[in-house]
Amino acid sequence: MKAVRTPEENRRISWFCFFATLAFLGLVLLLDQLIKPTSPMYMLLTVLQKGSVYALAAVSMNLLNGCTGLFSLGHAGFMLIGAYTYAIFTIPSASRDTVYQYYDAAVRFSFPEVFGNAMGPAGTALGVLVAVILAGLMAAAFAYLIGLPVLRLKSDYLAIATLGFAEILRAVCQWQKLGPITNGSNLLKSFARVSKFKLVLGSTKLTLSTFVPVLIAAVSIMIIVKLINSTYGRAFKAIRDDEVAAEAMGINLARHKMISFTVSSFFAGVAGAMMAMVLSIAQASNFKSAMTYEILLMVVLGGIGSTSGSVIGSFLFVAASEWWLRGLDSGTFLGINAPNIFRNGFRLVVFSVIIMIVVLFFRQGIMGERELTDVWLNRRRARQKKKEAGK
Amino acid sequence: MDKTILPYLISGVSVGGQYALIAIGYTMVYGILRLINFAHGDVFMVAGLMMVYAAAAMPLSLAIPLVIILTVLLGFTIERVAYRPLRTAPRMSVMISAIGVSYLLQNLALYITGGLNKNYPQIPWISDRVTVLGMETSRVTIITPFLTVFLVVLLVLLINHTKIGMAMRAVSLNFETSQLMGIRINSVISATFIIGTFLAAVGSMLFFTNYPGVVPTSGAMPGLKAFVAAVFGGIGSIPGAVIGAFIIGIAESLIKGLDTILIVNGTITEQIGLATFSDAFTFVLLIIILVFKPTGLFGEKTTDKV
Repeated sequence: MKAVRTPEENRRISWFCFFATLAFLGLVLLLDQLIKPTSPMYMLLTVLQKGSVYALAAVSMNLLNGCTGLFSLGHAGFMLIGAYTYAIFTIPSASRDTVYQYYDAAVRFSFPEVFGNAMGPAGTALGVLVAVILAGLMAAAFAYLIGLPVLRLKSDYLAIATLGFAEILRAVCQWQKLGPITNGSNLLKSFARVSKFKLVLGSTKLTLSTFVPVLIAAVSIMIIVKLINSTYGRAFKAIRDDEVAAEAMGINLARHKMISFTVSSFFAGVAGAMMAMVLSIAQASNFKSAMTYEILLMVVLGGIGSTSGSVIGSFLFVAASEWWLRGLDSGTFLGINAPNIFRNGFRLVVFSVIIMIVVLFFRQGIMGERELTDVWLNRRRARQKKKEAGK
Repeated sequence: MDKTILPYLISGVSVGGQYALIAIGYTMVYGILRLINFAHGDVFMVAGLMMVYAAAAMPLSLAIPLVIILTVLLGFTIERVAYRPLRTAPRMSVMISAIGVSYLLQNLALYITGGLNKNYPQIPWISDRVTVLGMETSRVTIITPFLTVFLVVLLVLLINHTKIGMAMRAVSLNFETSQLMGIRINSVISATFIIGTFLAAVGSMLFFTNYPGVVPTSGAMPGLKAFVAAVFGGIGSIPGAVIGAFIIGIAESLIKGLDTILIVNGTITEQIGLATFSDAFTFVLLIIILVFKPTGLFGEKTTDKV
C-alpha cells in the first residue's frame, strides 16, 4: 500500500533524503581518498562509478517506462548521443589530430580548455560540467525530433520504433562522411575522464574520480524525483494507469508524453556522458540494443515504477556482474575450484538465470512500486501506533 | 547498368526469403499472443550453433533433422517455461520475459562458444557454386526464394484448411471466446511456436550457409529485421510478412551495393560509405510505415475500447 503522507511527514522525508544523500556523498569522498588503485577493495570504487552511471540510466528509463507507461527501448541511442557530445567537446586540442587519425577534425576547441584558460582550474571543472549538460541537451533535442512522429504509437509499436531509431543513430554516428565530427567507426579517446578529476587545495590533493560521477548521478536523480513528485509526475502516472481516463480529466497527452520522453532522454544523455568519462573511451558499437535491455532488466530487478528500486537494482546488477560473481568466470567460486565449469562467460549465464527467476516468479522486483521512503514511513507509523497503544 | 544491379537484386531476394522464414514466426506469435517474441532471433542463432556442433559429430543426413527437432523443442520449451506462467500478467511483463530469454540464450551461447566465431559447415549441393544469368553464385541463393514460397503456400493451406489452422485463426481473433468454444488454447499456442521455430530452423540453415560463421549475437539483427518485416506487412498476416521480408531483403542488399551502383551510374565519383546504412534503412522503413499506416500493408484495423 502506498501511504498517503501528511505535509509534516513530507517535510521530514525531504530533509531525511537530503541528509542521507549528503552523508553518502561524504562517505564516497572519503572512500575515494582511502582506497588506492592497488588495494583489493578498489573494486568497490569501480562498482560505485559504473553503478552510478547505470543508476541514472535506469532511473531515467523508469521515469518513462515505469511512471509514464511508455515502453521505449531507445535508451542506448540517447546515451550514445550523450557520450559522443561529451567526448567531442572535451578532447584537448593538442590530442585532436591523434584521435582523429583518418579525418580532419571539425570541432577544434574543448570546453575545459576554453573555460580553463579564462578562469583557471575552476574553469576546467566548469567546462566539464558544461559538456555534460550539453550532452543531455543534445540527447533531449534528438528525443524531441524523434518523439514527434513516434509518441503517437502504442505500447509494442512504440518499443520497436524507438529501438529502430537507436539503431539509426548508431549507424549515422559510424558513417564515414561524418568522420570529421564523430571519427567514423573509430573510437573517441583522450577526453576528460574520471581518473584525471582531482581537487588541489594548497598542499593537499583530493582524488575525485568516484565522487564526481556519484555526485552528478545524485543531483540528477534528485531532480527526477522532484519531477515525479510534482503535478507533472502525477499526470504521468495517470497516463500510465489509464490513458483515456487521463485525457478525460484534462491532461494533454501529447504534451505530457513529450515532456516525459525528452526529460528521460536528457538524463540518458547525461548518463552517456558519465559512461564516457568512466570508461575513458566512447565508441558507437558499444551502444547496442543489448545495453538498453540490460538497463531495462535493472529496472525490472528493482521494481518497475520505483525510483529507489531502480537505483538499488542497478547497483546490485553492477556489483554482481563486476565483482561478486567474478569468481564464476575465473575458476574459483565460494571456495569451489572447477576451472572447466567456471570459465569465461559462466557468470553471465548464472546472472541471466537469476534475472529470469525474478522476471517469472518475483514480478514485483525488489521494491515493487514502493519507494524506500514509503518503507521508512510505514515503520515510523507502526512505531508511533505502538507507543500510543502502550500509553 | 543492369549487370551492376543484378547480383545485388538476386542476393536481396535470397536474403528476403531467409528473413521471411523468420518473420512468419514473429507474425504468428504476435497474431495469437500479442507478444513480440524478442527471443525468436536468438532461437535462430542457437539453431545455427547446434548445426555447427551436430555437423562435427555426425553425418549431415542425421544432423539436419536432429537440429530441426532440437530447435523446435527449444521453441516449445521457451513458451512453456517463460511465457505460459505469465498468460494473465500484463503484456509488458511477457515482453520483458522475452527480453530476458533473449539475454539468457545469448549469454549461454557466449559461454559455450567462448565468444569465438564458429565456422558453419558446408552443406553439399546447396553451397555449391552455380552460374545463373551470367553471374556466379551459390546454389542456396537460387533455392531460397522458391523454398520459402513453397513453405509459405504449405503453411497457408494448413491455416485455411485444417482443424488446427481453424483453431489458430479463432484464437487470434478472440482469445477468450475461443476458449469458451472448447478450443485448447495451450495446445494451439504450442503448435504456433512449433511451426514458427521449425521455419526459423530452416531459415538458419539457408542464412548461415552464405555467411562465414555463427557468433552469439548473429541472431539479433536478422531477428529485428524479420520483425520489422512482419510489422511492415501488417503484423498477424502471413503473406504480409513474406512480402515485407522480400522488400526489406532487396532494399538492404541494394543499399549495400549503392556506392558501386551510383559510381557506375555516374552520379558520384568515389565511395561514400552508404553501406553503413544497410541496417538502419530497415528501421527507416519501419518508422515510415508506422507513422503513415500503423497497421502495416495488410494488417487489420483495431481500436482501443474503454
